[in-house]
Amino acid sequence: MDQDKLSIAGKTYSSRLLVGSGKYKDFAENAAAAEASGAEIVTVAIRRVNLGQDANAPNLLDFIRPDRYTLLPNTAGCYTAEDAVRTCRLARELLDGHRLVKLEVLGDPKTLYPDITATLEAAKTLVREGFEVMVYCTDDPIQCKRLEEIGCVAVMPLAAPIGSGLGIQNRYNILAIVEQAKVPIIVDAGVGTASDAAIAMELGCDGVLMNTAIAEARNPVLMASAMRHAIIAGREAFLAGRMPRRRYASASSPLDGVIG
Amino acid sequence: MPLTVNGRPEPLPSPATLDGLVSALKLGGQRLAIEHNGEIVPRSRWPETTLAEADQIEIVRAIGGG
Repeated sequence: MDQDKLSIAGKTYSSRLLVGSGKYKDFAENAAAAEASGAEIVTVAIRRVNLGQDANAPNLLDFIRPDRYTLLPNTAGCYTAEDAVRTCRLARELLDGHRLVKLEVLGDPKTLYPDITATLEAAKTLVREGFEVMVYCTDDPIQCKRLEEIGCVAVMPLAAPIGSGLGIQNRYNILAIVEQAKVPIIVDAGVGTASDAAIAMELGCDGVLMNTAIAEARNPVLMASAMRHAIIAGREAFLAGRMPRRRYASASSPLDGVIG
Repeated sequence: MPLTVNGRPEPLPSPATLDGLVSALKLGGQRLAIEHNGEIVPRSRWPETTLAEADQIEIVRAIGGG
């Protein structure tokens, strides 16, 4: 297992769990959960500064340090390709030329489902501008293939709506996406608990990105640890190859030599 | 006409540069990115980027997100 690394845009990672930094009670809890998760990639959002704030107020990047984690700035909240591209350009400036971004272009505030047409358009622009694009998208094998062909470095289909915790709703789509992919497939959004993450990995996904499942757990740090184990367990089970399913029993103890 | 900074009116700082604005807003030392009239201005050019009335400024930072 030591050699089983996740490779994204030429960089390798030991952990296949990617975590968000939203919805935490405070930065300290966020940092403790990130630590317990073992994640090496942490998403961040790009937003306007609050004018008039205390200059000495704590800053997220003091806790989720860019020298410790690979930061993955997202385009959350963007409903047009133009806004998403603009956000990525600001993120690149903010993080000193950083090229890895999480692209999401949303279509509707109720479902937070991706607007795939706008996502494809933004992905083309960003790839042309030299960004390394990890793209949030629907669990549609055709659109996932298109995004890979455009040059995205990872394709990240949803398991269920963002923040819903419903788990993988269409595992056969995820399986189809994994089987055809030449870039890492990372389930992004919809995971609710450890078994959901394990299922994603057992299906052959290269990783899982989650935020709410950890941040909204009663004990986020403990859930972060559970997710770390689930990702490892699911990955090992995938590599090990599961037994075939049978409709009836198959005795584990020998039939020969039974007394009587 | 004042500046518009993150959608809010702000007076022209003194000196009237991006560096001067960052100081006036007490944002010095933070990791920021700035757009000036729709164009991103690298940090190294903040001191020489002069501001005029009615300029549009966006100042962003990283916060928690998924």
